[in-house]
Amino acid sequence: MPDKTFLDTNEIVINMGPQHPSTHGVLRVILKLDGEKVLGTECIIGYLHRGVEKIAENRTYTMFNPYVDRMDYVAAVSNGLGYCEAVEKLLNVQAPPRAQYVRTILTELNRISSHLLWLGTHALDIGAITPLFYTFREREEVLKIFEAYCGARLTTHAFRIGGLQYETYDGFEEQVKAFCNIFPAKLGEYEALLTGNRIWLGRTKGVGVLNTAEAIDLGVTGPVLRASGLKWDIRKAQPYAAYEEFDFDIPVGENGDTFDRYVVRMEEMRQSLRIIEQAVGRIPEGPVMAKVPKIIKPPAGEVYHSIEAPKGELGYFVVSDGSTQPYRVRIRPPSFVNLQALDRMVRGHLVADVVAIIGTIDIVLGEVDR
Amino acid sequence: MAELLATIESYLQLPYVLPTLYIVIIIAVFPLIAGYIVLLERKVMADIQARLGPMRVGPHGLLQPLADAVKLLLKEDLIPAKADWLLFWLAPVISVVAALVAFSVVPFSDWFFITDTNIGLLFILSISSVGILGIILGGWSSNSSYPLLGALRSTAQMVSYEVALGFAIIGGLMVAGTLSMQEIVRAQQEQHVWFIFYQPLAFCIYAVAAMAETNRSPFDMPEAESEIVAGYHTEYSGFRFSLYFLAEYTNIVIVSSIAITLFLGGWLRPFPNVEWLDFLNYCPAVAMLAIAAMSFLGAVREKRWMEQVGMGGLGAVFALLGLLFLLPPVLTAVQGLFWFLLKVFLIVYGFIWIRFTFPRYRYDQLMKLGWHWLIPLAIANIIVTGIVMVLL
Repeated sequence: MPDKTFLDTNEIVINMGPQHPSTHGVLRVILKLDGEKVLGTECIIGYLHRGVEKIAENRTYTMFNPYVDRMDYVAAVSNGLGYCEAVEKLLNVQAPPRAQYVRTILTELNRISSHLLWLGTHALDIGAITPLFYTFREREEVLKIFEAYCGARLTTHAFRIGGLQYETYDGFEEQVKAFCNIFPAKLGEYEALLTGNRIWLGRTKGVGVLNTAEAIDLGVTGPVLRASGLKWDIRKAQPYAAYEEFDFDIPVGENGDTFDRYVVRMEEMRQSLRIIEQAVGRIPEGPVMAKVPKIIKPPAGEVYHSIEAPKGELGYFVVSDGSTQPYRVRIRPPSFVNLQALDRMVRGHLVADVVAIIGTIDIVLGEVDR
Repeated sequence: MAELLATIESYLQLPYVLPTLYIVIIIAVFPLIAGYIVLLERKVMADIQARLGPMRVGPHGLLQPLADAVKLLLKEDLIPAKADWLLFWLAPVISVVAALVAFSVVPFSDWFFITDTNIGLLFILSISSVGILGIILGGWSSNSSYPLLGALRSTAQMVSYEVALGFAIIGGLMVAGTLSMQEIVRAQQEQHVWFIFYQPLAFCIYAVAAMAETNRSPFDMPEAESEIVAGYHTEYSGFRFSLYFLAEYTNIVIVSSIAITLFLGGWLRPFPNVEWLDFLNYCPAVAMLAIAAMSFLGAVREKRWMEQVGMGGLGAVFALLGLLFLLPPVLTAVQGLFWFLLKVFLIVYGFIWIRFTFPRYRYDQLMKLGWHWLIPLAIANIIVTGIVMVLL
């Protein structure tokens, strides 16, 4: 350690966060800088820790359901889907087909709303202020559908163990179809602002490169992994809900840089739209709730169930001891695992790239800290 | 009475009285104008972003700048404990003084200017370099990491873009053959052309460099909020912050003024020598009356009586101005001022438009753009201009 004299100004250590406009919540990153070049980072997390996994042990299976919405609050519907399906697996029940379809539609709408929020904030971090307002305008339409369906916009608690609590409302299909009709043009609008823009390309191409091997080693999933060139999507690999019945492609990138992750997510929104368009036209008739006892008491055992959340693989490991409360719930949050790629991605880049890379990982601190 | 008028007239003929009067007018009025440029920016931003913008204070938020000013002035005057208080106090003052001093040679019209020297343009350039000092000192004296990073960025950015800016201006100067701001405008009248048509490349380089020089997006690295919070003015609040803010908007007006004077015909109306277009001289009156008409229309559409009175009053003021401008001597007097301010408005609008359309450059990319593209292009422009001038 060289002595810290006045003239020894080679390295400065700065604290980015927990109050910083572009750490997407309360992430704290300690940056070691040489001028503007990043020599190393250390992530400090836990500012939003609420002990979600511990809470699960003191609640019944049904009571814990709304808590999972508070992890990735941007994609609450996906969280609920993963939890409900995990418990259903434990109970060995199947949600009826109608419920499966509605679940798929809502989850894909949620993927779009989550990606829209990512796009707006990511562009804002890179200095494009305007796309944020456009993406929120369209996200509003998605949230209106959620609100009309279950009364809540953000933490929806849309699904129940065994199916759905509510039938779809009158005009649900029309509203979803209307959204599907307007949305492609709006996507084009965002792309017109960003995709071909030289500054945008300069800020994202070659920034935060993660090759396939590194991505696998770090355990990243979701769009980050796919942008690194691996075609891995749990919706295809281990289909759940009604995904088996729809045609859709898995977009993959080549270089694993920030631009590829942008392109992959933009294309994912188009694919989500494709799924919704296929699903909404042929929602089967029937009940929306399977036969599930009033008091849920799964047999002793354990189950791991994972889904493709907007941010990556969201897994629930649920252990039952035969009582009304789970013995242990362990959650594999995609943001938490993806965040560990941050250090690998920012080393050697500039401060300005740090915010671009944090944005491109698409973290939600509620999920990282749980 | 006649005696009094005679005394006033004799005073006005003293060499320093009129300039002093103009200085007082500019310093009193300009902060207000800067406030309304901010309002314009917020309204245009809102329009681009599918929102309404400020709507609460006054009709359509027209009193928002006053409310903002009062808010900033009433804030607690904070100096961080570890800051170098003298420099911390001095830095925003340097910035704002340097920015305002530059007005001394800006030719608002053929009669409304504080002074005109034979090195006017050079004077503005050198004074605006002093303004950079305010930013550097502000970042340094805050004794905090983000301001320091912001100040470092500004220094490098503004110093390197000043080179491109200077070279771009030289292109225009070679055509004009003078450094006096008034004479540059007259030269454009005599040569029957705005110099932007002789020097399009120089104008483009100037526009880009000016945007970087005033720290405007997409070159707003020194205050890139998503990276280094608020950059050099992170630790500033209240009145001191408002001084930086004032300096920034003053600089925007100054660089627009240079662009207008050098490339866009200054206070001349379009086609000043074409006689059949003389009806354009009525534009000031027509513009005022149009604004008045729109205000009255707006007043009719408003629902609350306060807003109706506000909009109606605004309409009445502009209608009176419009009628006043119809008087031939007044019309002649406001002619130059009107066209100059209109051009400033259009350029500022362009600045705002660009800000809300583009992402931000990264620091190294910005440097690369400056040194690899703008400066070589500007030098090439000078050489080509020289060759062409010799050959013709």
